[in-house]
Amino acid sequence: MADLQRGILIEGLRKRYGEGDTAVDALKHVDMEVAPGEVVGLIGPSGSGKSTLLKCLGAVTEPSAGRMTVGGEIIYDNGWKIPDLRALRRDKIGFVFQAPYLIPFLDVTDNVALLPMLAGVSNAEARKRALELLSALDVAHRANAMPAQLSGGEQQRVSIARALVNRPPVILADEPTAPLDSERALAVIRLLNQMAQQYSTAIIVVTHDEKIIPTFKRIYQIRDGRTHEQAGEGRELE
Amino acid sequence: MISLAGRDILHSWGKFVFTGVGLGLLIGVTLSMAGVYRGMVDDAWSLLDNSGADLWVVQKDTLGPYAESSSLYDDVYRSIRVMPGVASAANVTYLTMQVVQGGRDVRAMVVGVVPGGPGEPGQPGYLVAGRHMTRGHYEAVADTAAGFKLDEIIEIRRNRYRVVGLTRHTVSSAGDPMIFIPLKDAQEAQFLKDNDVILQQRRRTSENPAFDRPGVPGLLDSIITSQSTNTYVNAVLVVIKPGYAPEEVAEPIRRWKRLQVYTRTQMESILIGKLIATSAKQIGMFLIILATVSAAIVAFIIYTLTLGKIREIAVLKLIGTKNRTIAGMIMQQSLGLGLIGFIVGKIAATLWVPIFPKYVLLLPGDAARGFFAVMLICLLASLVAVRAALKVDPAEAIGG
Repeated sequence: MADLQRGILIEGLRKRYGEGDTAVDALKHVDMEVAPGEVVGLIGPSGSGKSTLLKCLGAVTEPSAGRMTVGGEIIYDNGWKIPDLRALRRDKIGFVFQAPYLIPFLDVTDNVALLPMLAGVSNAEARKRALELLSALDVAHRANAMPAQLSGGEQQRVSIARALVNRPPVILADEPTAPLDSERALAVIRLLNQMAQQYSTAIIVVTHDEKIIPTFKRIYQIRDGRTHEQAGEGRELE
Repeated sequence: MISLAGRDILHSWGKFVFTGVGLGLLIGVTLSMAGVYRGMVDDAWSLLDNSGADLWVVQKDTLGPYAESSSLYDDVYRSIRVMPGVASAANVTYLTMQVVQGGRDVRAMVVGVVPGGPGEPGQPGYLVAGRHMTRGHYEAVADTAAGFKLDEIIEIRRNRYRVVGLTRHTVSSAGDPMIFIPLKDAQEAQFLKDNDVILQQRRRTSENPAFDRPGVPGLLDSIITSQSTNTYVNAVLVVIKPGYAPEEVAEPIRRWKRLQVYTRTQMESILIGKLIATSAKQIGMFLIILATVSAAIVAFIIYTLTLGKIREIAVLKLIGTKNRTIAGMIMQQSLGLGLIGFIVGKIAATLWVPIFPKYVLLLPGDAARGFFAVMLICLLASLVAVRAALKVDPAEAIGG
């Protein structure tokens, strides 16, 4: 296993909603490791706890027990949590959603540059970083377009650029290929693999998409709130 | 950091501009209402300024001559003239009536003044055309708002008056234009009856044996004469000598002549505090309602716009945007809407005010106060939307 100090390490994570007789254990015992530069799949049926795990990792839902390390920093340890969750989400975690959820009133460049701007980077520097990433993701020619003027695939690439722009050690992708056809879905996964390698980012892709599951080398399956690691096919991406 | 609010407004400018125009028309109405009140106050001040008086001597225990009717004998002014500190005193009558101008009815305040030049109490101070009245009968000076031109003939009761001078902005406290005519004519006009009534009154008097006694041959004629003449005026306007305080001159008149005397300050408080007080309250109520409606509209619009961006707000929060940045964005949009509304409202009010039938005075100070009130209302109205935005859970951006 590669250096996990900068990836994701989850140990014995639990999440319980409610109390007493009505309590529901959404996550019963989750262990997970994702190394920098690695893309792993997280699969499981509806209601198995995938979204809960993503919310816990995304620092928007507090776990009930366990320990989570993101980018070498412990963010949750059995009741203790990192004080500034907002800064954690901004600087250490990138999000890619099922729908791109770009800000409709900002152009492509500013959609990507917004994150570094929020972190206090100057507008010029933030836009420079955004344009570099947009070039890497082959959407620089749409830098001045508004989100509504982009195709679905272009929007998803812009959302990947937004997730990467602050160079986070971790990216959480929630069904990123759901609205795309096979070709575009595989293109997105190829892109995520490239970016993971290029920026040493640990990426978790939550998916139901049968088209892309064979591309993962490692897969975590979640059933009844427990994770089960299994080897993936690791099919080569053309 | 880029302005999220500015970008959103630019992105959906049509929505903001149209909403701003709607809000602006409402603000325009609000500014106009304030202007109507200012116009009434200004009319009241003009009325006092145009009278040229320092003191108003009226019937005891009345608020005359503008707020209540007042009646004094027309020789009272002689005794007032010799009181200490009085420079000049002149009778004046006021009669509000309809006069015909070019086939249309004009409501006017007919003012009876002693003919003379400018500076005389009651005389219009400044003419925009023509000259002051110099003859004792059948001349008139009219305000331009009444629509008369020089040499035009005005019919008042049964008499005809030639317009020899024109004034501007000489109006009553109700905003009616003034028409100045000689005092004697005005006194006659106040109580002039039609011919049938006069004949009937003379017959009744002559057939009353008490008035037609054989031993007193001139009695009947004297009584008939007294019935057809008016020896009353509404007020005596007094100009005081330099170096005298108004109250110093007013007090001896009150004491020794047993008349009511008002100084300029007292007359202002009567006009503004009593005569137009109800109208002012009425306008005040309108302003409160309009401000409330404006606030409700802004709150509703901003709240609706915010609800339409819940997903984007959740994403912004998820990627680390501070709550104050999101609150600032909503507040700035609300203020932007208010700014558009105020500009539209100010322009609209400036354009439509001249076509109002009564004088509407838009003061820069009121506009400035209105601007800050609009901004405050928009700020407060945005709080509902801010509250809704801050309650958005960033987890909403993640499915499940």
